[in-house]
Amino acid sequence: MGIGKTAFGAFPDRTLRSLAVEAGEKCMEDAGVNASQIEAFYLGNFAGPSFAGQNHLAPYIAGSLGLTGIPCTRFEAACASGGSAFFHAVSSVAAGLNDIVLVAGVEKMTSQTTPKVTEILAGAGDMAGEGRAGATFPALFAMIARRHMYQYGTTREHLAAVAVKNHENGAKNPLAHMRKVITMEQALAGKPVADPLTVYDCSLISDGAAAVLITPLERASEFTDQPVRILGIAQTSDYVALDAKADITTFWAVREAAEKAYKMARVSPRDIEFAEVHDCFTIAEIVATEDLGFVKKGEGGPYALEGHTRLRCERPVNASGGLKAKGHPVGATGVGQICDVVLQIRGEAGELQLDRHSLGLAQNLGGSGATAVVTVMGSI
Amino acid sequence: MTTGVVYTETVVHAAPAEFVADAPYQLAIVTLDAGGRVTARITGERVKIGDKVELAESRGGVEFFRKIAG
Repeated sequence: MGIGKTAFGAFPDRTLRSLAVEAGEKCMEDAGVNASQIEAFYLGNFAGPSFAGQNHLAPYIAGSLGLTGIPCTRFEAACASGGSAFFHAVSSVAAGLNDIVLVAGVEKMTSQTTPKVTEILAGAGDMAGEGRAGATFPALFAMIARRHMYQYGTTREHLAAVAVKNHENGAKNPLAHMRKVITMEQALAGKPVADPLTVYDCSLISDGAAAVLITPLERASEFTDQPVRILGIAQTSDYVALDAKADITTFWAVREAAEKAYKMARVSPRDIEFAEVHDCFTIAEIVATEDLGFVKKGEGGPYALEGHTRLRCERPVNASGGLKAKGHPVGATGVGQICDVVLQIRGEAGELQLDRHSLGLAQNLGGSGATAVVTVMGSI
Repeated sequence: MTTGVVYTETVVHAAPAEFVADAPYQLAIVTLDAGGRVTARITGERVKIGDKVELAESRGGVEFFRKIAG
């Protein structure tokens, strides 16, 4: 298994293709694999055609990596595009169809204005319903936050604690978009985006790419001294429209994916030592810690504020800085999370290295919860 | 008359390109008394969760609800 990531950030001089190629080449180098050995290419990308005007992206990028004559397919599942590409790549290896598979995720977002990006992202929701009414993605998560506050007493301070922690971690991540520590006061006084969410509750509009190479366990030692094992993985779905869900304070797809992944890995939530979760908004991290079973429903806010999810505390969440500070190049995110979990398990996370790092989890969410991918990984 | 109760709400400050001129505007998911939920705009006074609302108008395929006094 190999990993490769570009820095996440705003790179006006970089194209979508060059970012994906950089991540892919780093990954192939990490595993000591050359292009002729790769049997399939899975690409996660949400909106390359809208952001960059380019379609047919998988063979487009694969060709630049020297990969031809193999299946090359793009997966689109909103913000879970990367996770979905990874899930399907793992499925193909598990099924015995392929032995050496490259998965990449990429997004180039900063070439558009914020209102245009907001509009493109809104396309991950139900455009005929909530989208037509003027719902942005921050608005959908703001409505989740309001309801969570109403049902469980979650507060603005709980949300801000997630932002403060993730910025603190991101400041130590050399590949993060926003390497800046923020205070609780700053987080609480942010410019409003969609009440009760402010700019400090929202992840960043970023460019970036990430890549992972996977292979069956019995062949892993050919490529690395430190293979990381995929112990459990599941992708599940739910309705796209928020107003179609019975209870919006739970991401049901995440709960189901987590249950399946835990069962496959033969672990329970309390065994998970650290997690990279999908904090597209601060409330999403709070809900994720509940839906992954780390805390009971409604206790995610106090759990964050009390500091249990900070570095080297009870259960570190988003040691990498999360989407909040690391950046959220949509299609790259799910693959980037896998890279971050692998770095921790290998013990290569530098200043962010955790003391307990043998069993980690990545959770990638699409839209307002219509796609979820949960992966449990561990050392051999 | 279409009536319902506010299930959740937000005031959108950063709008998508199409609705920039409308911002800030309030959006809500309304649980309809007749069953089902709808994502709609709120017109007039701001509402909070639990408030009773009624359909004021439909414009451009979007339903606008307003708070029922009392």
